[in-house]
Amino acid sequence: MGAMYGLMCVGLTIIFGVMRVINFAQGEFMMLGMYFAYFCFAWFGTYAFFDGLWFPFLLALLAGPAVFLVGLVLHRLLINAVTGRQASQLEAQGHYAQLVLTLGIALVLQNGGLFLFGSSPVSVSNELSYSAWEWGPMIGERVSVFVNQAQTISAILAVFVVIGFGLLMARTRLGKSLRASADNPDAAIYMGINVDRAHRLAFGFGVGITAIGGGLLASNAPFQPYIGTEYVIIMYAGVVLGGLGSIRGAFLGGLSIGVLQQVSAIILPNQLQNTVIFICFLIIILFRPQGFFGKKDRTA
Amino acid sequence: MSVSGVRKDFLHIALFGLVYIVLAALVSNSYYLLIMTIVPVWAVMGLSWNLFSGYSGLISFGHAAFFGLGAYLVALCMVVWELNPWITIPLATLAGGVSGLLVGIPTFRLRGHYFALAMLAYPLALLYIFEWLGYQEVALPMNRKAPLMYMQFENPFYYVLLGLLLLLFTLVITTLISHSRLGMSLLAIKLDEDAAEAVGINTLYWKLVAITISAALAGAAGGFYAVVLLVVTPLAVFGMLVSAQALIFAMFGGVGTLWGPVLGAIILVPLSEILYARYAADFPGIQGVIYGVAIIAVILFAPEGILWKVRSLLRPGQFRMLGSSASVADFSADESLLAVTHDDRNETILEVSDLSKAYGGLQATDALSFKVRQGELLGIIGPNGAGKTTLFNLLNGFVKPDKGSIHFQNKALLNLRPNRICAMGIARTFQVAKPFTHLSVLDNVIVGAYVHTSSRQAAGQIASAAIALVGLEQQCDLPGANLTNKELRLMELARALASKPSLILVDEILAGLDPEAMQEMLVVLQKVRALGITIVIIEHSMQAMVQLVDRFVVLDHGALLAQGSPEEIVKNPAVIEAYLGKKWLENA
Repeated sequence: MGAMYGLMCVGLTIIFGVMRVINFAQGEFMMLGMYFAYFCFAWFGTYAFFDGLWFPFLLALLAGPAVFLVGLVLHRLLINAVTGRQASQLEAQGHYAQLVLTLGIALVLQNGGLFLFGSSPVSVSNELSYSAWEWGPMIGERVSVFVNQAQTISAILAVFVVIGFGLLMARTRLGKSLRASADNPDAAIYMGINVDRAHRLAFGFGVGITAIGGGLLASNAPFQPYIGTEYVIIMYAGVVLGGLGSIRGAFLGGLSIGVLQQVSAIILPNQLQNTVIFICFLIIILFRPQGFFGKKDRTA
Repeated sequence: MSVSGVRKDFLHIALFGLVYIVLAALVSNSYYLLIMTIVPVWAVMGLSWNLFSGYSGLISFGHAAFFGLGAYLVALCMVVWELNPWITIPLATLAGGVSGLLVGIPTFRLRGHYFALAMLAYPLALLYIFEWLGYQEVALPMNRKAPLMYMQFENPFYYVLLGLLLLLFTLVITTLISHSRLGMSLLAIKLDEDAAEAVGINTLYWKLVAITISAALAGAAGGFYAVVLLVVTPLAVFGMLVSAQALIFAMFGGVGTLWGPVLGAIILVPLSEILYARYAADFPGIQGVIYGVAIIAVILFAPEGILWKVRSLLRPGQFRMLGSSASVADFSADESLLAVTHDDRNETILEVSDLSKAYGGLQATDALSFKVRQGELLGIIGPNGAGKTTLFNLLNGFVKPDKGSIHFQNKALLNLRPNRICAMGIARTFQVAKPFTHLSVLDNVIVGAYVHTSSRQAAGQIASAAIALVGLEQQCDLPGANLTNKELRLMELARALASKPSLILVDEILAGLDPEAMQEMLVVLQKVRALGITIVIIEHSMQAMVQLVDRFVVLDHGALLAQGSPEEIVKNPAVIEAYLGKKWLENA
């Protein structure tokens, strides 16, 4: 679970890190990733060729590029109007406009999802979702640890995606232009970097990576179109925990939140699981807004 | 301003109420009457959000928390103790206010993005807590025997009436606030929080007042909502859509206006309700989609809301002004309002000792000690990066020192917030001017004048005296954003003067002025000085400074290099070396 949260947090932090935009619709892009996996699974799953156990995981990875494209289009049409260089003319550098615009997108996607996808929970599952590897017996031969196979594979994939993206950012020319645009958009423009394009790509990558996280989660638990709202807070909790804008921090932050949620489930009733996360989120944001892995920064 | 402005708004409110009642009386369809009841509820929510976020600029995504608490309080009191809504709605208002205060105290440590995110978490945490407590669906018991007492009328017209009363009440409160010191302070915070703090606005206090009132109104709206719908569920009252709707109506209609949120609710609520009723079977999420599309369209095409858009279409070219400016007719040159009575000219007014502040490895201020005498004009000079502005930031409380002490009129200043320091009598201007861009010059200065008076009239008099002193009478109706560099500097000086300081910190007020304007500025500074106000000035132009000041303090690398009269300083070898290098010294 943690690794997938980590992955989604990475997506969110890319958008914030490069564009300085808080994206409220991130949970909805995750939801799109889930439904992408679900529908492909439902349509192609009947063919024998796609019958393999690997298929849901492939779909999760494909959700990335698919939602990436959606992100590019949305950025071009909507987000670009209130971010980057256009934002400086707006009040409070356009923060107002960005928050509210992404909220609007979230509402449209969420409720649009309701009539496109229906409101009943669905899931992508195969045998792996129900089968577990048994570690043990250990501790006096009576306790065994069961590790869900689907979750394990998902976690490994999530780690690979994050490492891959980390390499992309660190090693390639594209990564360099993204980092430059994040650091100082104006200077980047003078250096001949197309900052609008960099932002568009960052937004695409951000939502795409979160969608992969969503696609992987889809093979673990049932979901419905409103799921994004819950997860957007979880994602932000992870991102803030890791320090806004840091990729490694976001992954570790998401990981910690996932672990926290699972551990709290052992002690507390189910309904309070998310409350625990929200309260942790509030505590983190109130007392250490720069996060545990981020560098100290003014909270402005 | 103005009393007549308030009267005009009250007249509009009364007219609006009348038209609404007449319309409601003409409608007999109970479904439409229900919509007419819901519209005021959401208009109140929009106004409540606007009162806080629209005026202060801090975006709240958490107004559902207050709304939901109000709704559950009314519902549960009725179920458990059979308390009637006439008691519980005021209680819900109170509960909303208290929860607003409790939320505000920790959350105002945050700014910008972080604030918005933290506010989102409150209602969602409450949502799950109420689900866990087992209140998935609380239905209000029917009490048809005493309809008046339990607000359970057969005729839906009475609900419209109650909703309208709540809305009118909220409108009146909003009007009063927008014309008060609170409204002015919030606008100043929105436009520039640092400048607001420096001119003596206790930003934390006013933000807490605002969120308390705003949350109380949201609580009342929630309480009434429970009475109207008779069923309360966590998702319906704590859900994201509740906070979103409050924000959407306000943004759609017009941020920071009286009628914007009302307009937003009047257009969007019936639209979504009617479409929902017609198409809900096929498109279950249509309400959310409409709100989403509405808000996206507004952000893209009329980012300040349709009211501002219409206004700018009707009166093109006019600058969008906030606040309630109306010019003060006479600029009484009553300088005595600003004068400082000081007992002894040579007494120490400010004493800095052993003051140090480091940024990482950079020692911006290094064990600095010096004194300022009452009534003198002290110049602070030093090469770029000598720590002059940092010194001012330490003096007015923006920055906390690592070590050392500051005493002003024999009182220690350490750990005081800038607004307190301003109230004690230290005012400042900024190296990069910080005007409240959407307020008029007069309002800019009035904001400063509220430090020592809470009466609008007294503040106006002090402000007009300050404006007259710097000679900006002609520009007093211009917005802060439209001033020339010289006018900006004069306005900042007037704003500082309006707080009736004993000491003014003036940061590079001559920078970028042509020689003529520089001379004018020097004359104004002499006038300020004649009032008995002590001036500490940072400046680069030695020529101007030598004419002006009594004494210099020279800084280099954060430490005191020399101090003394202008004649001594221009001959001091250490000063010449620091400014021009060793070579010059040999040739001098």
